Amino acid sequence: MGIFFSFSVVVALTVIAFAGVWIPGMQYFFGVVIPYLAVLVFLVGVVLKVAKWGRSPVPFRIPTTCGQQQSLPWIKHSKYDNPQTTGQVIIRMVLEVFLFRSLFRNLRTEMNDGRVTYGSDKILWLAGLLFHISFFIVLIRHLRFFIEPVPSFINMIDALDGFVQVGVPHLLLTGVLLVAAGGYLLFRRINNSQVRHISLPADYFPLLLIIGIALSGIIMRYFVKVDIVSVKAFTLGLVSLRPRTPAGIGAIFYIHLFLISALLVYFPFSKLMHMGGVFLSPTRNLANNNREVRHVNPWNYDVKVHSYAAYEDEFREKMKEAGIPVEKE
Amino acid sequence: MYNGGKIIFGLIIFLAIVTFPFYSNLGGSAKKAMPSLDTPEIYALATKECVRSGEYMKKEHMKVLDEWRDEVVREGKREKISVGGTELEKSLQNGCMHCHSNKEQFCTECHKYAGIDPYCWDCHFDRGEGRL
Ligand code: HEC
Ligand code: HEC
Ligand code: HEC
Ligand code: HEM
Repeated sequence: MGIFFSFSVVVALTVIAFAGVWIPGMQYFFGVVIPYLAVLVFLVGVVLKVAKWGRSPVPFRIPTTCGQQQSLPWIKHSKYDNPQTTGQVIIRMVLEVFLFRSLFRNLRTEMNDGRVTYGSDKILWLAGLLFHISFFIVLIRHLRFFIEPVPSFINMIDALDGFVQVGVPHLLLTGVLLVAAGGYLLFRRINNSQVRHISLPADYFPLLLIIGIALSGIIMRYFVKVDIVSVKAFTLGLVSLRPRTPAGIGAIFYIHLFLISALLVYFPFSKLMHMGGVFLSPTRNLANNNREVRHVNPWNYDVKVHSYAAYEDEFREKMKEAGIPVEKE
Repeated sequence: MYNGGKIIFGLIIFLAIVTFPFYSNLGGSAKKAMPSLDTPEIYALATKECVRSGEYMKKEHMKVLDEWRDEVVREGKREKISVGGTELEKSLQNGCMHCHSNKEQFCTECHKYAGIDPYCWDCHFDRGEGRL
């Protein structure tokens, strides 16, 4: 089953990082070489993938419409479910990207007494949204390791995120939410037989990998602490392109870093590319204006047509001789 | 490329965001926080030591504070401790800050660097601030 394979890979990555850093000289490899390579693969991979998508022609307007199209003035137009103009498309995209509006419509389909029934299922939407928001906020908070001096808005996010003021170092809610929401998404894949049936290693692996990254971060923050000052000196060295061999940072940090490098490398080749893909989805990013604007298929062969007017011009005399009626004398 | 303008624009925004840590640090000095142990109280110590080993304190000093707080506030165990030949209270203000009387050059030096701002100082004072 896919989940065991994916789980084994994540465990193997963790073990590789954990075992690797004990070998003398390998700190440089895991701390500097691998992260740089990973960032390079990520950037180049994403750009090439998007460029490849960009080369596919989109001949017709194929937005998925979920409401009334622009029609007669007294029929109510559903602007953001059936956008007519670019402005409406932009609003629709913003709502989709920030609120996952299409996922909000997700239904639960079940067999009840031999009949198919459809019911509301907002938990997937909620968990999906929390997962993404938490991931985003965790990333923003991580900027404190990459900017010196730390801008005050990051302190503010940190204070808001830790407003419950539980424990030292203070508990950060989004870190926990990330694991909880990711855990639900994983549970759903395993628990729901229909979803389990269509789940592949490519579905389990990113989920397990991200949960693994978050868990290693949480362990590093609250349980097996590392010297954060050395960590920041090291990350600043990486991003200012003057890497220094990280010294005296615990193995847990290398596990975190190695799993992140794995995520970066995996990203461009996986379903995680939906980050770029959502913007390039013809079913989302096009206005439904087929009736208003003529769209010409870009790969159409340039057909040489011979219109009736030209035909008549060519044969007018012969047509008159044969007594065939002509339009122009 | 179809819609090339829009796609390239999007890619440029993506790259600008993702590589922000790199270009914003380019040519930076990648400095490291240097907390100073240079206080008269520390010079006066018989042995230069913290309440735990220096290596441990670097990573876990907040745990010590947490333990002290629980012991003092919840369990009422206010007996003094002896560090470096001095008797001290288990206290943030009168313990840690007795020796580390240079809060700005010590605690804050690291905390600013690590991007944290402990809320303890909402209520507690450091020795330089005087009292209400
Ligand atoms: C070597 C650098 C360093 C020094 C010196 C230092 N700290 Fe810290 N301190 C840190 C780091 C880094 C963290 C955050 C740990 C994390 O984010 O996991 C922290 C966290 C804390 C926390 C927990 C904050 C929270 O909101 O959870 C407290 C309390 C604290 N320090 C108190 C002090 C006091 C008091 C002093 C001075 C006597 C001090 N520290 C000196 C590096 C330092
Ligand atoms: C008796 C004086 C004394 C007291 C009390 C004291 N410290 Fe220290 N502290 C020191 C000395 C001396 C060192 C340097 C120890 C070393 O390098 O081995 C030190 C080192 C540290 C370090 C590591 C700094 C570094 O960059 O290596 C931290 C963090 C720290 N103390 C925080 C605290 C906190 C928090 C408290 C209160 C819980 C506290 N100290 C109480 C004297 C003291
Ligand atoms: C809401 C105000 C408030 C905040 C915020 C606060 N404290 Fe306290 N703290 C107190 C009070 C009140 C006492 C009791 C003093 C006593 O009984 O001597 C105390 C006592 C303590 C003590 C033991 C006695 C002493 O004199 O220090 C420690 C250690 C301590 N706090 C650490 C912390 C740390 C670390 C933080 C930040 C993570 C913190 N406190 C945040 C109010 C606060
Ligand atoms: C190169 C990039 C990264 C570095 C250098 C890094 C480093 C760190 C460090 C040093 C900590 C401990 C923080 C502390 O003690 O205060 C941490 C915590 C954490 N990391 Fe990362 N990390 C990176 C990327 C990520 C990513 C991509 C994720 C998202 C999955 C992530 C998720 C977490 C979580 C959830 C924590 C727990 C604390 C929190 O909620 O912020 N990290 N990371």
